[in-house]
Amino acid sequence: MKRDIITSAIGILVLTLFCGILYPLVITGVSQVAFPGNADGQLVHVNGKLVGSQEIGQNFGLQVYKNGKPEMDNGVPVTNPDPRYFQTRPSATAPPDNAAATTFSNLGPNSVATEQEISSNIQAYISLNGKYYPGGLTAAKVPVDAANTSASGIDPDISVRNADIQAHRIATVRHLPLSTVMRLVSKYTGGRGLGFSGEPGVNVFELNLALDRMTGVHA
Amino acid sequence: MTFLGWLTIVLFCVVLTLLAIPLGRYMAAVYTGQPTFLDPVFRTPERLFYRIMRVDPERGQDWKQYAKSLIIFSLAGWLLLYFILRTQTLWNWTGLNPEGFHSAPWNVTFNTTSSFLTNTNWQYYGGETTMSYFSQMAGLTVQNFLSAGVGIAVAVALIRGIIGRSGKSIGNFWQDLIRTVLYVLMPISFVVALILVFQGSIQNFSHYLNFNGPTGLANSIAMGPVASQEAIKELGTNGGGFFNTNSAHPFENPTGFTNFVEMLTVLVIPAGLVFMYGRMTGSRRQGYAIFATMLVMFFGAVCVAYIAEAHGSPAQHAAGLHTQVVAGSTGGNMEGKEQRFGIAGSALFDVVTTVTSCGAVNSAIESFTGIGGAVPMANLSASEVIFGGVGTGLYSILLYVLLAVFIGGLMVGRTPEYLGKKIEAREIKLVAIGLLITPLAALFSTALATASSAGRASISAAAAGGPQGFSETFYAYLSQANNNGSAFAAYGGFVQPNAGNLGSHGITFTDLLGGFTMLFARYAPILFALAVAGSLAGKRVSPAGLGTMRTDNPTFVVLLIGVIVLVGALTFFPALLLGPIVQGLTGHLYQ
Repeated sequence: MKRDIITSAIGILVLTLFCGILYPLVITGVSQVAFPGNADGQLVHVNGKLVGSQEIGQNFGLQVYKNGKPEMDNGVPVTNPDPRYFQTRPSATAPPDNAAATTFSNLGPNSVATEQEISSNIQAYISLNGKYYPGGLTAAKVPVDAANTSASGIDPDISVRNADIQAHRIATVRHLPLSTVMRLVSKYTGGRGLGFSGEPGVNVFELNLALDRMTGVHA
Repeated sequence: MTFLGWLTIVLFCVVLTLLAIPLGRYMAAVYTGQPTFLDPVFRTPERLFYRIMRVDPERGQDWKQYAKSLIIFSLAGWLLLYFILRTQTLWNWTGLNPEGFHSAPWNVTFNTTSSFLTNTNWQYYGGETTMSYFSQMAGLTVQNFLSAGVGIAVAVALIRGIIGRSGKSIGNFWQDLIRTVLYVLMPISFVVALILVFQGSIQNFSHYLNFNGPTGLANSIAMGPVASQEAIKELGTNGGGFFNTNSAHPFENPTGFTNFVEMLTVLVIPAGLVFMYGRMTGSRRQGYAIFATMLVMFFGAVCVAYIAEAHGSPAQHAAGLHTQVVAGSTGGNMEGKEQRFGIAGSALFDVVTTVTSCGAVNSAIESFTGIGGAVPMANLSASEVIFGGVGTGLYSILLYVLLAVFIGGLMVGRTPEYLGKKIEAREIKLVAIGLLITPLAALFSTALATASSAGRASISAAAAGGPQGFSETFYAYLSQANNNGSAFAAYGGFVQPNAGNLGSHGITFTDLLGGFTMLFARYAPILFALAVAGSLAGKRVSPAGLGTMRTDNPTFVVLLIGVIVLVGALTFFPALLLGPIVQGLTGHLYQ
């Protein structure tokens, strides 16, 4: 018994040093040398200022002002989607796409709350894109990823179909030929892992930065 | 559903098998003391560990001594982890708490500590708003290794009992633990962590980033030593996420490729152990039979989950969405799923992590369709024997094997024997109790939490009015009793208004009930498994005759599946009906 206690006490301490300190430090060291950009999160700077990470979905919205002051809802800024930018998927975090406090929506499959949430996402999507899309949009035409909340709340990608629909809006608002926007979309469409694992996704952040480089921010 | 979706599932099974066979051979060498190719690297550190810990690795332990070492070591681990988590600000001098987070309250910490000790990794907290880097590394990562090591040690001990030819020894706990950490967990974690960083996982000690995005909005991004923890989290079938959204977070699981790698990492040891078992018993066919049993049940579960999720949910259809596959969109139930994984990558990941005791998630299980959500619950109801957790899966299915042998023996009217050893009343009593403890704990805790107002306080407001509320409760205790850790994540045990835990409080009833459920359902079955090992170790082996029931052919595989399904169904069917199956059978929406 006494022997077990001594061995356990020493054992847990040395194993903590080995697995809890040494192992993460070595991995950090090797990663920082071998893949420095990745280990720091593939950060992107514009004019020397950090604007985001390629891997993290961001809210491309505009702050709503009321009486000259930023409008807040429970301490969270109220925003409207900026029509000049591709929009990420709906997010359950507060504020949307908050990469410092991620959360699921946790909305159940048979819940009225889920139906309401999806309906309001559909409405928002149609009112943003409907008038630019040839023939207009109905709920049935809205891609599921645009109406359903992502898991992480910071999904960097949207489906190709979602991007194609938004491309019509972007082309009009930014006065670009649709084909140019479509070319950019396919440039920032990631493939499947190993050619089969997962789904292609369009990286919204990279795509939007590329648009800004092409036309300037205030197109 | 898509062709590539099905291809992913099939290829996954193939690649898993191809990796598990050599790993099984390697692990058999590790646990029987034969030379391995990593000896030059780890032989010296291994001896050093024994010397520092004052262990004589050659000294065999009987099952009681083995159990005593295991329990005392676990207790030491529990105390240290609780201390580290409760004194989070005390470690600020290390520089590993850049956000200055305070400790979570005592009740949440009790739950978390018990959770990581038992390989459950149930999380009432959100990682990036609760834990300092120091707590994640020196606290949680350590137990990711050690709880996995303990699980494998028990499995190896049980195997030694089954094959033992002489005496009472079932091995040495300290040797099994150290060799598992050094020779199995550490090298694979190392490789997987680097693959993850190569694909985009982060590994740093930076402050969280605060900046303004292109439209001028304020943004924050959490940082941390993610990849090192992610690798062992999958490998040790732990599942506790660095971030709140676990493997859905792009820093934990950045691409479709990492999704595939992480799923393989979860299953490779549980599958490899089965092949190791075949080698250690001297009859590889025994291993193949168990592997076949697991693979059949696994594949069935994946098919059901994929079909259900690809079909979409009643809420989607009520809102007017079309959920078929169209050009450029996967369709299906994308609520709580990531675009880069799609439906197949999410359904497969869900099954991989719920058949094992991993419990990592790359999608929100609470948002799965009724039938899609019933699949993980059914997996848990099978007591984690479809591959199962590292070690726990093998020792649990071996108990089922003994039960199947016993039932088969009764059916043909012969004395039940397994690998030449007679299975007698004592073993069957131990097996039966060992197998029923976990379901009992799950159902008892669910009943208690459902029937009491203190328990119902944890149900989320959105789910309170329908079967979803029951599903949340049932899943919570089913998951904790099976040491899984995945969740219908709206079920709450922690109220945290601000990141960093100021002003936060736990829900004591829920935290404690869950904590005790995990501890009880982890250590009681371990004791019974070790007792079975001890009971079998001393038995004489009689040669197989004409009348001996074969345990390595398809007939036995069918019998074994039958026994597992029967025990699970008899125990859990009423509860499954009340929750997910009701939802799966109706298009009705609940308030």
